[in-house]
Amino acid sequence: MTTHATAHHDDHHDDKPHGFLHRWVYSTNHKDIGTLYLIFAFIMVCVGAAFSGVIRTELMKPGLQFVQPYFFNEMTTMHGLVMIFGAIMPSFVGLANWMIPMMIGAPDMALPRMNNWSFWILPFAFFLLLSTLFIPGGAPAGGWTMYPPLSIQGGDSVALMVFSIHLMGISSIMGAINIIATILNMRAPGMDLLKMPVFVWSWLITAFLLIAVMPVLAGAVTMLLTDRYFGTSFFNAAGGGDPVMYQHIFWFFGHPEVYIMILPAFGIISEIVPTFSRKPLFGYQAMVYALASIAFLSFIVWGHHMFTVGMPLGGELYFMYATMLIAIPTGVKVFNWVSTMWGGSMTFEAPMLWAIAFIVLFTIGGFSGVMLALVPADFQYQDTYFVVAHFHYVLVTGALFAIIGAIYYWWPKWTGRMYNETWAKVHFWWSAVFVNVLFFPQHFLGLAGMPRRIPDYNVAFADWNLVSTIGAYGMYLTPFMFFFILWHSKKHGAPAAARAWEGAHGLEWTVPSPAPFHTFSTPPVIHDEDLAHGDVSH
Amino acid sequence: MSSQAQGSYYVPHGTHWPILGSFGLFFTVGGAALWMNEFDPGKWVMALGIACILSMMFGWFRTVIGESLGGMYTKQVDTSFRMGMMWFIFSEVMFFGAFFGALFYVRNFSIPWYGGSGDGALTNFFLWKDFVAAWPTNGPDQVGGIFQTMPAWGVPLLNTLILLSSGVTITIAHHALRAGNRKHLLIWLGATVVLGALFLNFQAHEYIEAYTKFNLTLDTGIYGSTFFMLTGFHGMHVTLGAIMLTVIWFRCFKGHFTKDHHFAFEAVAWYWHFVDVVWLGLFIFVYVL
Repeated sequence: MTTHATAHHDDHHDDKPHGFLHRWVYSTNHKDIGTLYLIFAFIMVCVGAAFSGVIRTELMKPGLQFVQPYFFNEMTTMHGLVMIFGAIMPSFVGLANWMIPMMIGAPDMALPRMNNWSFWILPFAFFLLLSTLFIPGGAPAGGWTMYPPLSIQGGDSVALMVFSIHLMGISSIMGAINIIATILNMRAPGMDLLKMPVFVWSWLITAFLLIAVMPVLAGAVTMLLTDRYFGTSFFNAAGGGDPVMYQHIFWFFGHPEVYIMILPAFGIISEIVPTFSRKPLFGYQAMVYALASIAFLSFIVWGHHMFTVGMPLGGELYFMYATMLIAIPTGVKVFNWVSTMWGGSMTFEAPMLWAIAFIVLFTIGGFSGVMLALVPADFQYQDTYFVVAHFHYVLVTGALFAIIGAIYYWWPKWTGRMYNETWAKVHFWWSAVFVNVLFFPQHFLGLAGMPRRIPDYNVAFADWNLVSTIGAYGMYLTPFMFFFILWHSKKHGAPAAARAWEGAHGLEWTVPSPAPFHTFSTPPVIHDEDLAHGDVSH
Repeated sequence: MSSQAQGSYYVPHGTHWPILGSFGLFFTVGGAALWMNEFDPGKWVMALGIACILSMMFGWFRTVIGESLGGMYTKQVDTSFRMGMMWFIFSEVMFFGAFFGALFYVRNFSIPWYGGSGDGALTNFFLWKDFVAAWPTNGPDQVGGIFQTMPAWGVPLLNTLILLSSGVTITIAHHALRAGNRKHLLIWLGATVVLGALFLNFQAHEYIEAYTKFNLTLDTGIYGSTFFMLTGFHGMHVTLGAIMLTVIWFRCFKGHFTKDHHFAFEAVAWYWHFVDVVWLGLFIFVYVL
């Protein structure tokens, strides 16, 4: 009854809906919705980068140069919120939309209309959030973590901030439900769970984390809202509440959130490295179990974000040891990527360069994470630039580098065109150099004691701050490079083969490039040699 | 079962309902924000938003019901719907978890620490030496003034019995549906709706009593905050569940469901059991203990 996918596609008819409204706004197509997510995320990266431009420009020299401290605080807050909820998370959801159905032999997402809604809530949520920049009292300025009492002492922005986070939460939860239903219910016959690409596995686990913790964030910000506007005392000690309790609830969300932003990156790297090493992934099952272990541990380590706030000694020790356990499954992943490369016949096309940079630089971020997990040391590092350096290494050279690598990797599949390899390498090396110029000195600044979220600083910190700002200005060129390379490829790129990369395995490479609008209208027959992980015995 | 053909996938056509829903959410929360920041016309913006959401839900569900009755859905689509509903309920559980977590945290940690227990907890020493840890409390400053709590063994116990009974009646209705007994189905499902309404009625009375007689309000320190936010969100979910039950009753009346094809009925029943279980948690941890 079933026909092989590629045979079916030769006579596929192009039934894309016509007109902007029908094609994009009413869409139920996972590829179009994935594209919308990625375009939205690109815009938000630029917005978030503009905010960071204000921050780095102000910090170029000691003393107040350009902006007032309150506006500086608005910029740090909005930079964090926009980059986390507007850039990194939607990028990963966009990649999930594009790739998961193709990778498991599904026609589309399990709930295509809800998929549309998941995306189309986001522009409204960010309109609300960004509109706070133009209202009396300005944007939220209490940091992206929104700790009370500071966060609810602002102006009228509190309600807009809380509601925009509610909308982002609704969007994420619906997106995550859709991804889980797709992976569990829409796999083609023969696509066993332990034959799935690691990217799909990473998203299955990430989606679970999203459904588990986004509602907790919604609850926490709802308490902020009622404390601010309706007289409740959740975070008011005089009324028997506790401001520290907010931090517990927030980080119960916040730590799994950290892994929501990195597990899909692990998945991407686990696809790219085998392709350009021309070897199967080393230790496929161990990689899957490591993902699951990291996800499990993420629920029981939140206290390490708040060692200095006041916690019983037993709590501090517990959270320290639990946190350090995470280094074990993470180490499994890093060693397995390296072992995959070992003895492979490697080539270094752009996706591979981004992936290797990820492995090296993310590991630096991971090591500084272990340093921060040490309670006595953390009393020194807390709220310094060391923390800033740490999470930018995992989020920029980690998550963002993986996203850029993924876009280069799957771009030929999406558009049917290759990009210019030379320019892509320039883009990569430019980014790899300047991102380190930008963030590496922040380790030194933090260890020397420079606090984060402060617009002015001791002259002793002047030199490394200037270096960091130069790195930032270098990085601001990279979105333009990336945009130009992709635009040029779309217009003039060489046609891509179905299997755009010689060593690529997986169902997505068995369909033509560009992938047809509807990839599989009948379940494809799975041949083990097509799969990235077809040789897995279990 | 014509569309049950093996090996073909079902993908729905495009739809304008989600974007209407997005505008609805946007107007609802945007209007609420304006209203809360003392710009009064915000409430009309909010009303517009709610109208958009309601028409979205009405239209979207009508489309889906039409497609379902038209036999367009395969077993696979049915499974996707089931997974969607189960994970939605799981997300709701986690939402309530945040508020239960707040309750447990203040009762087990914050309040005893304010009362001076623990090692190095200096809030008591520096700020509130006279504060004695106890529950219920509205904190060292007695925010909201002297108050009384709701006795557990009156109306709350009655409400517990009502909700538990409604869990039984909906199960009887489900068995009637599977047995093809339309009359019993409508009676027992109707009884479930009535019990839900009865619960909400008692809950409303309890709130009025709390505000007028007990001086127990949303402003009553941490006790009032946790009491009203937990029971309030639960009440909102019961309201939503009762509306869903009513819709399902009309769909049963119109004969939409067959013995083995009635996912909407089951989804509502799961949801109803979920609000039931949340209530049990509330009864134990908010009222009794």
